[in-house]
Amino acid sequence: MKQRSDSLLEIHDLSVSFRMYDQGLKQTDLRVISDLHLTVYPGEILAVAGSSGSGKSLLASAILGILPGNATVEGHLRFKGKELNPKLQERLRGTEIAFVPQSVAYLDPLMKVGAQADGHGKPRSVQKRNGLFKRLGLPDNTPQLYPFQLSGGMARRVLVSTALLGEAELIVADEPTPGMSLDQALEALGMFREMADQGKGVILITHDIDLAVEFADRVSVFYAGTTVETAYGSDFKAGPDALRHPYSKALWRALPQNGFQPIEGFQPYAGHLPEGCLFAPRCPFKTAECTIKVPPVREVRGGEVRCYYGT
Amino acid sequence: MKGSFKRLTRIFLTYGAKIVSILLAVSIISFILVSASPVDPVQQYILGLGTAVSPEQRLEIEAYWGVNEPPVERYLSWLWEVLHGNLGVSSLYRRPVADIISERFFNSLALMVWAWGLAGSMGFLIGCIMGMYRSRWPDKILKKICYIFSSVPAFWLGLVLLLIFSVWLKWLPIGFSSPIGMLHEEVTVWQRLYHLILPAFTLSLMSFANIALHTRQKLIDVLNSEYVLFARARGEGRWTILRRHGLRNILLPAMTLQFASFSELFGGSVMAENVFSYPGLGSAVSAAGLNSDVPLLLGLTLFSTLFVCTGNLIANLLYGIIDPRIKEAGQ
Repeated sequence: MKQRSDSLLEIHDLSVSFRMYDQGLKQTDLRVISDLHLTVYPGEILAVAGSSGSGKSLLASAILGILPGNATVEGHLRFKGKELNPKLQERLRGTEIAFVPQSVAYLDPLMKVGAQADGHGKPRSVQKRNGLFKRLGLPDNTPQLYPFQLSGGMARRVLVSTALLGEAELIVADEPTPGMSLDQALEALGMFREMADQGKGVILITHDIDLAVEFADRVSVFYAGTTVETAYGSDFKAGPDALRHPYSKALWRALPQNGFQPIEGFQPYAGHLPEGCLFAPRCPFKTAECTIKVPPVREVRGGEVRCYYGT
Repeated sequence: MKGSFKRLTRIFLTYGAKIVSILLAVSIISFILVSASPVDPVQQYILGLGTAVSPEQRLEIEAYWGVNEPPVERYLSWLWEVLHGNLGVSSLYRRPVADIISERFFNSLALMVWAWGLAGSMGFLIGCIMGMYRSRWPDKILKKICYIFSSVPAFWLGLVLLLIFSVWLKWLPIGFSSPIGMLHEEVTVWQRLYHLILPAFTLSLMSFANIALHTRQKLIDVLNSEYVLFARARGEGRWTILRRHGLRNILLPAMTLQFASFSELFGGSVMAENVFSYPGLGSAVSAAGLNSDVPLLLGLTLFSTLFVCTGNLIANLLYGIIDPRIKEAGQ
């Protein structure tokens, strides 16, 4: 466990809500991330895994400080021990923190791909970029293409390259692999692995648990805008008994290779969050306590769990 | 290269065919309208002669002009002459319509080019400022100004400017395209430009708001896009984003709008030229209308249609040449 070394990024009790106007001038705060806990250490890949609509992508925006103007952020973010305020975020974006977005829509439709991979600011080596494109299996003419000429998988590889070309300490990758062939996905994730082995930190946001478990050192399970458990990748391979939170166990059992067993109910959506533990309405082990107060984060067997009873 | 040449030829041919059919449609409609109107070209012609005409002579004139033939035949014979380059003789000016149009057009062209360039650059700049400062005070103020200018009638605006700059301040001339009482040959370029300032400024004030508001909206769309979010995530600042992504993505729609605004430009020039007594196409249009000068009116209608269609054609061609998405797809 790398708990001993200094963390690269620490997130404590992060909440993100959006100010919305519904029915005339009535204001409501829509909470999309609640009391999120996350720590990334240098040299590791931390996967953040959860289903769609659980607020995973907003986590990336919150780390980078690029949330829309009507969002309010509470809680603490620390980068290398320093409070990560908007000013610091602005300085670190693109230099120490790199972001890999999801789709071709994140590329300027009227700019050639090569220039976009290079980015603004100081000129970067064309050889290095072309070498990286080659490793990612992109054709030689890719730098001269416009985004609309790329396939979905090619666009994702170009987006991955933007992070790998820089010198960032922390890479936040939001669903980097869908649309790639298995080989390409493995190559791209292999590159993230290399980056991690060089001492950088990688947050891999994904809904592909198998891939997450295969490449990540630790996996944070995301549910309804919060992390319910952070476990080792090996815990997921070991099975439900090695996991700590009832949702993680249910998630494991719902995987096709593990019996495909769904659990009752739906993930609550922002605006309809329950009091207390967010998983309580679906939890088979819930007690009165769970529905009143949010359980604290506890350390259990080297991992973290937000549950009164997780073992 | 060869491919793009072929593509351009194809575009020219399709748009050429479209323009010809539009011109035909416009000529038919305006011919019907003129025939249905109480305007009597023969009466206008006789009035223009300045001498009394006996009823027999009048019948002769009518027969000579084919007034009593069926409308379709009249239209076809008119069309035949137009196709041979003969637009007829203006009953007001007693000169061939084609000569009047070409002479007036060059006066108007100077006015419209200045107004067009000024409106385009002013609109684009103001649109960019509004977009960059959206919902903040520069945006709020400029937006209100834009709304005011796009709703103010042109002739009123022209009169107010005339009052301020010509009557009160006496900085600029009251009207015409050259100083009064000077021979055509003696007028210098500077004097012409000097007389152009106020009409061109009025005309551009009328159309810049449209471009500014469109540019603002487009820039806001671009700034809300995911690629700008990614640019921010990579540490690009506001002005870097405007330079690298904003201008690139709003220039095309702005240019299209600019060329498509030929129709408003022409409509506006009718107003502006009348207010400033500027001898261009616009004042010819109202003179032809007020004096029932049918040949001139039809000629001007056809010419303005052609003018507007050309603007649209240029906009379409530019899109195909500049936008890589259309350019590459055509190859």
